[in-house]
Amino acid sequence: MAGRDFLHRLPDSELAFARRQAWLHKMHVDLPLLVLVLLVCGLGLVVLFSAVDGNPDRFSSQLTRLGLAFGVMLVVAQIPPRTLCRWSAPLYLLGLALLVAVLFIGVSAKGAQRWIDLPGLPRFQPAEIMKLVVPMMLAAFFAERRLPPRFGSVCVALLMLAAPALLIAMQPDLGTAILVSGSGLAIVLFAGVSWRLVLAAGVAALAALPALWVVLHDYQRQRVLTLFDPESDPLGAGWNIIQSKTAIGSGGLYGKGLLQGTQSHLDFLPESDTDFIIAVMGEETGFLGVMALLLLYFLLITRGLYIATRAPDAYSRLLAGSLSITFFIYVFVNVAMVSGLLPVVGVPLPLVSYGGTSALTLMAAFGMLMSIQTNPKMLRA
Amino acid sequence: MMDAFTLRDHDAEARLFTGRVIVLWFVVLMAMLVLVLRLFQLQILEHERHSVQSDANRIQVQPIAPTRGLIYDRNGILLAENIPVSSLTVVRERAGDLTATLETLEELVDLTPAEIESFQRRLRERRRPYEPVPLRLRLDEEEIARIAVNRYRLPGVEVEAQLIRHYPFGDLTAHAIGSIRRISPNDLQRLDRVQYSATRYVGRLGVERHYEDHLHGRVGYQRVETDARGRITRVLDRSPPVAGGSIQLHLDLNLQLAADAALGDRRGAIVAIDPATGGILALVSKPGYDPNLFIGGIDPASYAWLRDHPDTPMFNRALRGQYAPGSTFKPIVGLAGLAYGETDWEYTIRDPGYYRLPGQTRMYRDWSWRPGGGGHGIVGMQRAIYRSSNTYFYDLGVKLGIERLAPFAAEFGFGRRQVVDLPDAVAGLMPTPEWKRAARREPWYPGDTVNLGIGQGDMLATPLQLAAATAIIAARGERHPPRMLLAADAELPELNQGTLPPLELSDQQDWKRMAEAMADVVHRGNRGYGQNGTAWAHIGMDIPYRMAGKSGTAQVVGIPQGLRHDDLELTERQQRHAWFVAFAPVDEPEIALAVLVENGGGGSSVAGPVAREVMDAWLLRRSMEGPAVARH
Repeated sequence: MAGRDFLHRLPDSELAFARRQAWLHKMHVDLPLLVLVLLVCGLGLVVLFSAVDGNPDRFSSQLTRLGLAFGVMLVVAQIPPRTLCRWSAPLYLLGLALLVAVLFIGVSAKGAQRWIDLPGLPRFQPAEIMKLVVPMMLAAFFAERRLPPRFGSVCVALLMLAAPALLIAMQPDLGTAILVSGSGLAIVLFAGVSWRLVLAAGVAALAALPALWVVLHDYQRQRVLTLFDPESDPLGAGWNIIQSKTAIGSGGLYGKGLLQGTQSHLDFLPESDTDFIIAVMGEETGFLGVMALLLLYFLLITRGLYIATRAPDAYSRLLAGSLSITFFIYVFVNVAMVSGLLPVVGVPLPLVSYGGTSALTLMAAFGMLMSIQTNPKMLRA
Repeated sequence: MMDAFTLRDHDAEARLFTGRVIVLWFVVLMAMLVLVLRLFQLQILEHERHSVQSDANRIQVQPIAPTRGLIYDRNGILLAENIPVSSLTVVRERAGDLTATLETLEELVDLTPAEIESFQRRLRERRRPYEPVPLRLRLDEEEIARIAVNRYRLPGVEVEAQLIRHYPFGDLTAHAIGSIRRISPNDLQRLDRVQYSATRYVGRLGVERHYEDHLHGRVGYQRVETDARGRITRVLDRSPPVAGGSIQLHLDLNLQLAADAALGDRRGAIVAIDPATGGILALVSKPGYDPNLFIGGIDPASYAWLRDHPDTPMFNRALRGQYAPGSTFKPIVGLAGLAYGETDWEYTIRDPGYYRLPGQTRMYRDWSWRPGGGGHGIVGMQRAIYRSSNTYFYDLGVKLGIERLAPFAAEFGFGRRQVVDLPDAVAGLMPTPEWKRAARREPWYPGDTVNLGIGQGDMLATPLQLAAATAIIAARGERHPPRMLLAADAELPELNQGTLPPLELSDQQDWKRMAEAMADVVHRGNRGYGQNGTAWAHIGMDIPYRMAGKSGTAQVVGIPQGLRHDDLELTERQQRHAWFVAFAPVDEPEIALAVLVENGGGGSSVAGPVAREVMDAWLLRRSMEGPAVARH
């Protein structure tokens, strides 16, 4: 009854808000996350409209995909974390099997074998699913153990991470491999592995860099070299990076205006509606536009991490933290690559770049975050 | 303690986790700051530089070629025009993988190996960057459509609509008006780089070359926005080119046609001049060639054929062919003798059919010489002209001496480039002792003067020079050097330049008397053996107007002493060249001309009828139509 009184004392508008909050909670929707996702998608669609040159087919197809992905988010939000936890190991094994299958029966596109085409199912990339399944698996793995984990557990976890990461890198799909590895390493950090170990691993990784150079494909090495000196090959490998820097830089503070970007609309900028879409945004909406988008991203990541700290059990915490950090890696790698800070790897700008698969997994991840935020019940390990 | 080992401390784990989240959130914050700083650097600090780069990417200044001026004949008939064609070009800098592009193109358009070869050759030549290199001129509609559909596979490939030079009368006017050729690397060094930045062709021969500056026009430019493939998406501003000026020539296409027909398939040349102005009414050199073949690139096989053909179709005989003038030179020698008082109209010699220098045995023969006979009997100036007596002019030449004959002949244009706007014309050769010492390292012998008296020996003249000299006789000493230009849409200096002071003889009546003597060549007939003009039997019997003429026969090979020309067994190419010079009507000449038929044989019999045909075309048709109609 006291609760009722409290409600009665609220002004009308706040009362309505509180009621809606309660209703949204019951629907397993986190309002701040929802608002931020919608804002990013909205801003993204505006930029994409310009990037596809007002092409109604491409624009509406992206709209449809985002709508579908949005539905997936709401559905996934209904799945309680404990169910996710239970599915983790089977999904992981299935995903691993599919990755192996891709090596043998995968369908090639653009020089990489990434797709699997099973009768009765739409074509999909198993690697994409691993962006969700690997964090789920590792979260479940650590949730069963006392934290901080012992060294042996960490080693086992790293092996569980390395298997899919290497399989994905072999396709080759360096971008996804980086994202999957990042999500796994984030969980290891969140689980509480000692900083000394992290430091040692970091030093070891640095020492291993020359070895990595040997392993890289020629085109990947070229991309690294190009990063340091794009002018060395202005019409070849350096073209993308020169043109995208020019596009972003020429936007200035306010930008050239939507649909006014000459770099993108005159085709100087390659991949302008997919991986390099931030360059279109930089050119047309300027520094202010990009800042607005980065702020939204930062708030999304912060909200995700906040949800992680409020989660009632280890599995939810680790999963929420990992998904948030994965999202961050998406943003950072994409923007850093397009602005010439990192070599070119195929990582799209989340929720903005044209393309359906990544939108689906990203939205599913937000669904999981919502589920974690709206399911206060403790899990029993 | 067992409990402590097995139980999990959930609060501690949550605290540990929260600590880790704070650390990682901070890492995220820093990383995002790095991105912000990077964007700040690009968009704020380096904005200016990138902005300039972005404009440089998209904006290009493109020159626009002016439309070349037109060339008309005296009646306003178009002799050189510009017609639109669609041509296939490739910008090498944008083409990427050229081999692949060419392979794709070959699927769409039938490219001949010759076209690809000349394309490759042009690629290797020095050229302006981003200059489209032509691959095929004149695409048909279907080919244009096929290329348009496949454009995305063909970076750097363009279908260009352009105007190209076209000579509607092809080989008929080729040698008369000249032609343009594709600008070569050599031309680029000579031409104004700015004015010719968009132009692909330049006048190479004839009036196309002489009036290049007038015909070319002034270049325009446009600032355009282009996409990454170099295709124009927008024109930002434009300064239109100024089209070249047009010119009208003295040339009369109808007369040109008649002259061309009169010469037929024979090798030779005809130049017809209006004595009152020096204007060239017809200029024919045969065989000719189609200058349109050279525009857009002639294939090497056709070019080799033209170049190596024994009849040298690309050689302009009218302007550059140098031949001994033979007997056509006799009126000049006669006028020199009269001018210097070495002879008069009453003075006669006895012509035995040969001439000997005093104290020498060498025999200089007349054309009528035969062993033990020949000659024209008692010969004065008039008879020496209409019978074409060599002996008279051998004698007169020796009396004059080279030091008086050579300068006098030079006043008629021999050995000089006495022309207004015919850049390809050559000077011929008027031999002098100085020339002989320099060129041959030999002294001048009296015998050289003897030969010169009948236009043989070392002397060389072009058909143009003989026509011009004949025009001077026709105009009674007034001198209007040959010219092509009649009118233009600008005050060109050539319109008012070139007239020389008239030649004065000691007795100006001698011009008329010489014209009458030359009229006898054509008209004096029915007088019995050895009394008729040399050309009368061939052209003079039914001529409806009065025409003055002089035949000439230029030996190609020397004839040994004691033999007659007819005794030699000569190949076709060793046959004598036939000349005929003429003007008409005798009293008020409207046309003067020179006809050369290479290896044609007798001047009167071969070249004479050709000259008559051209005269008829000019005088009879005009009198039928009435001068006001035919005149522009």
